[in-house]
Amino acid sequence: MANFTPVASLLGGLLIGIASVWLLAANGRIAGISGILHGLFVQPPGDRAWRGAFITGLIAAGFAWHLFAGPAPVREGFGLGWAAAAGLLVGIGTRIGGGCTSGHGVCGLGRFSMRSLVAVAVFMVVGMIAAVVTRHVLGVAS
Amino acid sequence: MIAASFSSFGAGFLFGIGLWLSGMANPRKVIDFLDVAGNWDPSLLLVMGGAVAVTAAFFRPLIRKKDIKFEKTDIDAPLVIGAAVFGLGWGIGGYCPGPALTALSNLSAEASVFVAAMIVGGIVGKIRR
Repeated sequence: MANFTPVASLLGGLLIGIASVWLLAANGRIAGISGILHGLFVQPPGDRAWRGAFITGLIAAGFAWHLFAGPAPVREGFGLGWAAAAGLLVGIGTRIGGGCTSGHGVCGLGRFSMRSLVAVAVFMVVGMIAAVVTRHVLGVAS
Repeated sequence: MIAASFSSFGAGFLFGIGLWLSGMANPRKVIDFLDVAGNWDPSLLLVMGGAVAVTAAFFRPLIRKKDIKFEKTDIDAPLVIGAAVFGLGWGIGGYCPGPALTALSNLSAEASVFVAAMIVGGIVGKIRR
């Protein structure tokens, strides 16, 4: 547990929770990021303005963070083929399952939704199996 | 419309800062959590715990007040299959959608390729449904 960062992670988690309450209170929207993203690409186009603004804010936060904390470390040895495969699976899965770590996790658990609890349990367990197999069986530097 | 966009931008910005501060925007740290067979890093439990502590306190009264309805309440096959497919991609890559989007600021090929594939996956997932 050499990399354990309890204080920063707890504080970051609180900010994520506050941001989710903010979006619900001010915009009446659930901060499910996969849903916000996928909603940008549906036809016919609908309520794109708030979605685009949220995602722009999310990306802008990264640039602001780098100004203070410096650039993020680059992951060496993780091939772009793996990145493409993982991204495709995350896109398909969140679309079919109706949510991700934020929508089912942060927001769904916060409103005590049984659907979200099941989704979180499934993606946590499968995620752990996938991470162990990718690193230790396939030998990918993930 | 303009005010709503400003507010939404602010929420996204704060969410993103939370992702960076917590360590979730670093895919290697995420996989250090998911890889229970390795040098396990439990930090992400605190990220989720901190976030859910806040939403659990405020969401239900806000949802009642705003009279927001959720279409689906049953646990069906698409929910379980979708969550499993998402978990598979998350465990391989270490990115879920929020961290992947804010990691675009790294200007790395990895994050860009992941996000492009995720958008394509979202479109494919809709067609398949």
